[in-house]
Amino acid sequence: MKPAAFAYHRPESRAQALALLAEHGDEAKIISGGQSLVPAMNFRLARPPILIDINAIPGMDDIREEGGTLVIGARCRHAHFEKPVSSAPIGLLLSRVAANIAHTPIRSRGSFGGSLSHADPASEWCCVARGLEAELVAESTTGRRTIPAAAFFQTIFTTALRPDELLTEIRLPLFGPGWHCGFAEYARRAGDFALAMAVVACRVEGGVIREARVGLGGIASTPVTSPEAVAVLLGQAPSPALFLAAGQAGADATSPDGDIHASGEYRQDLVRAMIRRALTQAFA
Amino acid sequence: MSEPKTTVRCTVNGQAVQADVVPRMSLADMLREEAGLTGTHLGCEHGVCGACTIIVNGAPVRSCLMFAVQAEGAEVRTVEGLADGETLSPLQRAFWEKHGLQCGFCTPGFLMLATWMLEQPEPVTEERLRHVLSSNLCRCTGYTNIVRAVTAAAKEMGKWAESAAA
Repeated sequence: MKPAAFAYHRPESRAQALALLAEHGDEAKIISGGQSLVPAMNFRLARPPILIDINAIPGMDDIREEGGTLVIGARCRHAHFEKPVSSAPIGLLLSRVAANIAHTPIRSRGSFGGSLSHADPASEWCCVARGLEAELVAESTTGRRTIPAAAFFQTIFTTALRPDELLTEIRLPLFGPGWHCGFAEYARRAGDFALAMAVVACRVEGGVIREARVGLGGIASTPVTSPEAVAVLLGQAPSPALFLAAGQAGADATSPDGDIHASGEYRQDLVRAMIRRALTQAFA
Repeated sequence: MSEPKTTVRCTVNGQAVQADVVPRMSLADMLREEAGLTGTHLGCEHGVCGACTIIVNGAPVRSCLMFAVQAEGAEVRTVEGLADGETLSPLQRAFWEKHGLQCGFCTPGFLMLATWMLEQPEPVTEERLRHVLSSNLCRCTGYTNIVRAVTAAAKEMGKWAESAAA
């Protein structure tokens, strides 16, 4: 259980890191928290010849608010979100999500951007990014581009990042007044990868839901949105019956694969329950 | 081909430690093999069991998932730093008194995890205690006596709060 040999670089600036990526491309792997990468290396499922450690680069874990947007530095640790990072609804939502991510010592090291770059379909942050329509900022020596979450997650463990690009920022809506956000997941043991999860955000005006976003994770090769659940919610007043109907519509539109952990049918039923629970939490 | 080594300097339990290590050496292996501190145990070596939990710069971490080179300049605390000479810490004593260990393999990880929790400003409730302790595996005790031990230490240290009614 020891990793294969690798060369180690610890750049002290973003420019140095990008230059190393430009030079080494596919040969190099970024290490942020290492909580997924190092187990894969210890099992020798991953054998990167070169590791570029971004932990000494200043400013990569800054969080700021810019207009209606929460801008999260890619190296922000999961634990940082356990207490709300913003007084806007997104802050409380992210704290609820963070409590579900792995275990306490994993949250000390694992990072938001690392999770997105790893793109595990059962990752909570991937579900949040996709469901809430985050924008992801990638940088390379040739420039900077913003990738919508819808285009970022391509398939399991595969993103739109090029080998010379570093994910530097995640931009999420703050969700102002009138917005209600919730998250729910189901795992059989504390800290396990969830069998299904749902994130929701709804804006209520005049007693009815005017805007809604619903994201699902753990049920396909990437996180997905649920336009079917959204369609049920729009124009309606929030109620337990509505939440159940939205969950049913969301579940009916999915066809999760079964695996050793759960059958597809069971996962589909969990989708129904997770959408309902996330909505219930949002409006509690 | 010999792998090039890097010099790492950090403090472990307040003592300066310097070691020449290959990049792939885990922090846990450096503590055990270079610093001679074998209290940190390696169970699974992929971040699941928690036996290797230590405190790095004030945060609990799995030392099998950090490379030693990443501890450059860090302040590291291990189970060897808990007792004051022959005097056990209140948490260590509680593990003894409540039979919070049997074979003892997982104990250093539980002690460091719970030590960190008891040092946090927020009070410890049963719910929080169980949430945090769920990070680590014990194959002997069934956890009940570990929960009793940490609860007793939290009460002795004035860190315990009854859970709010559900």
